Order: sequence, then C-alpha cells, then structure tokens
Amino acid sequence: MMEIYNTDCIKIADISVLPYKQFYMQVDNLLFYKHNHCVNYFAVPQGDGFLSICCIANDSNHKIYIVAHNEVDNLEALTAKHYAMHVFEREMHENYGITFDDHPWLKPVRYPANRYNRDECIENYPFYSIDSDDLHEVGVGPIHAGIIEPGHFRFICNGEKVLHLEIMLGYQHRGIESLMLAKKHQLQRAVLAESISGDTAIGHSLTYTSIMESLSGKSLPDRIQLERIIALELERIAIHIGDTSALCLDIAYQLGQVACEALRTIVINTTQAWCGNRFGKGFIRLAGTHYPLTADMAELILKNINDVERRYREVTDLMFNLPSVLSRFEGIGEVTVKQAELVGLTGMAARMAGVNRDIRASHPFLYYRNLKFEPVVLDTGDVMARALLRRDEVFQSIQIVRDLLEKHRVLQNESIPKPDYQLSLQANSLCISLIEGWRGEICHVALTDETGEVYHYKIKDPSLHNWMGLALAVRNQEISDFPICNKSFNLSYCGHDL
Amino acid sequence: MILREAKVLKSHGIQYIPDISTVELTPLFRGRPEISSEITTEEGRYVSGLCPTGAISATPFSIDLGKCVFCKECEFAISNKIRFTNDYKIAANKREALIIEAGSVNPMVLDANEMRKVIRDYFGHALKLRQVSAAGDNACEMELNASGNVNFDLGRYGIEFFASPRHCDGVVITGPVSENMAEPLQICYDAIPEPKLVILVGTDAISGGIFIGSKALNRSFLSKYPVDLYVPGNPVHPLTFINGILSLIGKNNK
Ligand code: SF4
Repeated sequence: MMEIYNTDCIKIADISVLPYKQFYMQVDNLLFYKHNHCVNYFAVPQGDGFLSICCIANDSNHKIYIVAHNEVDNLEALTAKHYAMHVFEREMHENYGITFDDHPWLKPVRYPANRYNRDECIENYPFYSIDSDDLHEVGVGPIHAGIIEPGHFRFICNGEKVLHLEIMLGYQHRGIESLMLAKKHQLQRAVLAESISGDTAIGHSLTYTSIMESLSGKSLPDRIQLERIIALELERIAIHIGDTSALCLDIAYQLGQVACEALRTIVINTTQAWCGNRFGKGFIRLAGTHYPLTADMAELILKNINDVERRYREVTDLMFNLPSVLSRFEGIGEVTVKQAELVGLTGMAARMAGVNRDIRASHPFLYYRNLKFEPVVLDTGDVMARALLRRDEVFQSIQIVRDLLEKHRVLQNESIPKPDYQLSLQANSLCISLIEGWRGEICHVALTDETGEVYHYKIKDPSLHNWMGLALAVRNQEISDFPICNKSFNLSYCGHDL
Repeated sequence: MILREAKVLKSHGIQYIPDISTVELTPLFRGRPEISSEITTEEGRYVSGLCPTGAISATPFSIDLGKCVFCKECEFAISNKIRFTNDYKIAANKREALIIEAGSVNPMVLDANEMRKVIRDYFGHALKLRQVSAAGDNACEMELNASGNVNFDLGRYGIEFFASPRHCDGVVITGPVSENMAEPLQICYDAIPEPKLVILVGTDAISGGIFIGSKALNRSFLSKYPVDLYVPGNPVHPLTFINGILSLIGKNNK
C-alpha cells in the first residue's frame, strides 16, 4: 500500500494492483478507523479493462493511502459494510458497467453522456417506493420555484411528515471530465475548472492548478501561495454570508436577509476589485498570476473585511438571540454524528454534526502548510448548527485573511511569475489534490501517459457525499421544512453532475 | 432589542444604487472590449490560437462576446491592441451585434428595428420572468438572484422572477443546455402563455461557451425559437442584465 501526501506525484507503475479480495480487505481494514475516509475511488479505462484506484485519507497523520485493483465482475460491494462508499461504486457501475454484489443502493448517479448503459435515461429513474394506502408521494423539480439549479426531489410522506426523500440528480451534467481531456490547452482546462461549480470557482481552480503545478515540478513562491489562500477565504466568507442571508429569507426574517445580502456584495466586490470578477473567474492561473496583490489592494481588502466583520457581528448577535429565528432553526433537520460518519459527510456538513473533518487541518495545502489551523466543529447537526457554523467560519476566515495580510507585508516585494500554460507534465504519473473549499473537501486526481499528456481526470465536489446528508436530515420532519433544510446545506448540483 | 435593530439598520445604510445605468464599476471589471484597428494579422492569429473558446476570428479581427468567457488572456497577450473596458452594457438583441470588430469603440445599443413590436406593447410596464438553469454553473444564477437584492433592486422596475411559468412572460435561460435538461426546458417554455420572451443569460447559454463540443449537450431548443435578448458574461453582472432588460422593454428611455 502506497502512502503519499496531498499533491504528491507518484508513478502509476508503483501502485500495487491487488486481487480484489485483498483490495477489499485492505480498504475494509483502513475504513474501520474513524480517522480514515475515502476521498476518491474511481475506475480508469486501461487496455481492455480498468484500473480502479482508491484513495483513503488519514485525518490524523496527513497521509493518503493508495490501493488499487483491476477486476470488474461481481465484486463484493464495499458499500454493504461502509456506506460512504456507495456513490463511488455506483459511479463505477454507471460509467463502465463494473458490477457489484450486495450493493444496497446501486442507483444511477447522474446519467452521464458516456454512460455504460444508454438504455437507462433520466426519465425512468428507479425511485424507491413504499406500497401503502396511508402514504403519498410528492415530487419536486427538476425546475424549482426560485432561481436555482435543477434537481428532482421525491418525498414519501405520511401526512405532512417526510418518511423518505430520494434525490435524483444529473440534469446539470455537461461532461466536464471528458472535456478536461478533449480540450488540450491548459488554459481551456483552467476555464473548465472554474465552471465545475461557478460558486466555487476559486476552490476548484486551486485544486486543478495544484495538480498541474505539482506534475510539472513547479514550486511556487510563498507569496503566491499566500495570496491564493486569501482568495479562497474571501470566497468562503462571501458564500457563508450569502447563505446567512438566504436562511433569513426562508424564515421571513427580512432585516437579517437584507443586511447580509449587502455584506456579501462588499466581499464579492472586493474580489472583483482585485481580479475583475465577482466570482474570481479568470483569477487563479497556472504557475503564476495576472493579479499580484498590491499594497493598495491589500489595504482595501483589510478595510472591507474589518467593516464586514463589525457589521456581520451586529446582525448575527441580533439574529441568534431572536426567539422567532431560533424556533425555526433549532432542532430542525438534524443529522446525528453517527449518520454523518456513516454516509461520509465532508466539509461543513461534517463539521456541523460533530465530525472534525477539514482538509485545511488534516491535509494542509498551499500556505496552510505554514499555518496552524483549528477547524470549527459543532455538534447539534441541525439547521441551527449549520447557520452557526457559517457565522463562526466567517469570523475565523476574516481573522485568517487579516493574519495573512500581515504576513504579506514582508512578502509583497517578492517577484511573482506570470501564468504559464505550457507546463510539461511528468509522464506515467498520478497526482491527487485536496482543497477545502467553502462546502468542503474538493478532490481532483490526474493521470498522465508516457508523453506526459493527461489521460484521465477525476473530479469530486464535496456535494457528491453531502446530498445524502440532506436526504437524512429531512426524515421525520415536516415537509414544509424542506426548503430551510435544503438552504442550510446549499449543495452543488452542477458540482455533483459534472 | 430595538436598539440593536437600529444599530444594524444604521450600519446597513442606504444600499440601493440610485441610477443603475450610470454607476461605474471597478476599473478591472471585464466588460466591452476595444480593439485597436492597428492589430496585425500575426497578432490576430496568435491570440485566436490562445482563446479558450474560439471567440476570436483573426482576419478581419473580431471578438464574439457570445463565445467569449472574459478571461482577458488576449488582452494580457497584446495589451497595446486589446483592452477590456469596464463598460457593462453589453447585451444585444441580435446575435451578430455581439461580435466586436477592431476599431469599434461605440457603446452597444439594442436595435429597435429588430425588436418584436409585442415586446414593448405588452411588457413595457411589468415583466414576470421564469428562470431555467439548464446546466448553468450557479454563477449566473447567483447573479440573477443578486439582481433582485437590496443593491440592484430589479423589482423597482416592475420586473420580477416568478415560480410558475403560467404566470410568466418569458424564460431566462442560463447554462449550455444539457441533454438531461432539454425536455424540462421545453416543458417549461410550453407552459408560458403567448406572447413570450426568450432571454439567454451568460456565454454558456448563448453559444455553449467552454462546453462547445460536449456530447452531453442538447441545444436544439435554441434553434427553434427566436431569441429576444442575449446577455453575455461569465457570469453576467447584474448591471448588464438589468440594463439589457430595461433597454429591451424600453424602460430606460424615459
Ligand atoms: S477574453 Fe474572450 S476573446 Fe479574449 S481570450 Fe478570453 S475568451 Fe477569448
């Protein structure tokens, strides 16, 4: 079994390919420990068959274990024992027809264009149903009431109470993983990475650029690593504040809604002042930047985050003391720590339910390698926890940005390279990159062939795991609480569908 | 409690932008490009090879904003010949009008002759829109939501996004239109009563953007119906969207 660290490159030939039985045992043993979780498990077409690579992250010693096999038929499903593996095995089955025995939930994931079985299509998704005269079903979507991405939610209800929610996705599938290979220019791929999930343009771009830079053997000056973290944390601050606003909207608390809306505007306009785009598109580039952080811009960022911090504190102090807010947040949409561990929630969805999982601490990247970082972890697992986690992370990230701006003063005369889109990549290699975006753990893996060309690119948005968290959260809730539960998770449809 | 609310309100201040058509954006914002007429064939070829979405045609030189993802790489390559200005009024009601030629420094305005007469007759005072994200990446969607927020306040013009297509006057499409969304989009469009508008928001919707060539798309819907407004951007800035809509329904001429 191979042990590597975040953004390490390894030779594909050095990965030991085990007979499936042995592979199963090894993964089973690893996942027995709570500090281990699977960050990616995917099949790569190779010759007539497939190489299936499983990457398991150890949250306590920074390591990532790589295990592989190449069998395809009647594999004993890991999901039967480790439920968090469900989506990986479903994906392998859907994409390539790899078969699993005893998989309890072998459902389609996203109906990709190049799926193995073209007869399966989104119109005839096999919904779970319960035969009973007392129950009824409610279908919502793909198109929803507001301006929001499409997805279908199928509820089985007993009166007003939700017994079961099944979430069917795939409407947003654009074939990004295939395009990552079809579009050969590294700039094109950078633009694609920004579009995996436009609300996480910086998070996904950083994951992509980290892989490419590592495969090309480039090491970046401290200054650019630090500036990238500032950009990433600004993205987190903006979205968390926007989500606070959205949560207020859903409970008709207008003051909180409009105050936070305006604060989010300040943050994204700061990003726009820095790079010309409110979402940071066109910002993160390979091996360099067009937008070095100047002293003036650093000052603007500092001024704006200080202002935002003060005002966000005012409004959150107010809202989290209002009985009318608390009664709509507390005890709604609970996820237990056991459920969170079982389905492998990541990022915010894990940390609000008592699971300490944050790549910034467990597998530090870029300038986080030089920082001590302690994640915020709450344990009530309800809408309240998800709202409070955002509040606490906003203040935490503002403090991080402030500290980084302070450190930046001594670095700001360091020269900083321009982007380079002609990176030559190590041949026959695999690189895995993990970044903690605002939703959680983003994981990309790239494999190169003997000429150094990327022949497989795997993308995982944290939403891939976390949708199951939402489905569990609404069990035994009033169906009318679905919108606030959904909002409190704010998961990505396109990041899931790719 | 009241005191604390007053404090929040005081800090909040007045947020709405009084004049949505004259407010200036930060200098680095990437809006309408200006291209020097002195651009050489060689330079044109070079940047058209660089452009991630094939938005640049080298001879004669032009940038198609319907394909451009506003990455600004062409400007970085030949900054003395191409400059992205912060002019955010880049919507058009004709596809060709999105093509910016070398030497052109004119602001972009809608062509009233090309407009269907019903638009201003029916929708000049109030407009209800149904948004459909057809594989949009949630950036344009968030900007459309922002159009209605306290800063941009689209609602003041009688323009709003609505849930039921049956209560709406048109569809605002974001995203390159995936195969899996083709049917829902069609069903939604069919549910909107006549006369109805089709508005494409974002480069992905207008041309497919960076997704051009993907097998996962099905853009046949877009060849079936006339498009009333193209709003380019990656994502579209709320000011681009609002000004575009106001020009379309003739509200900004008053
Ligand atoms: S800014 Fe537009 S035209 Fe220029 S390179 Fe980027 S996509 Fe092409």
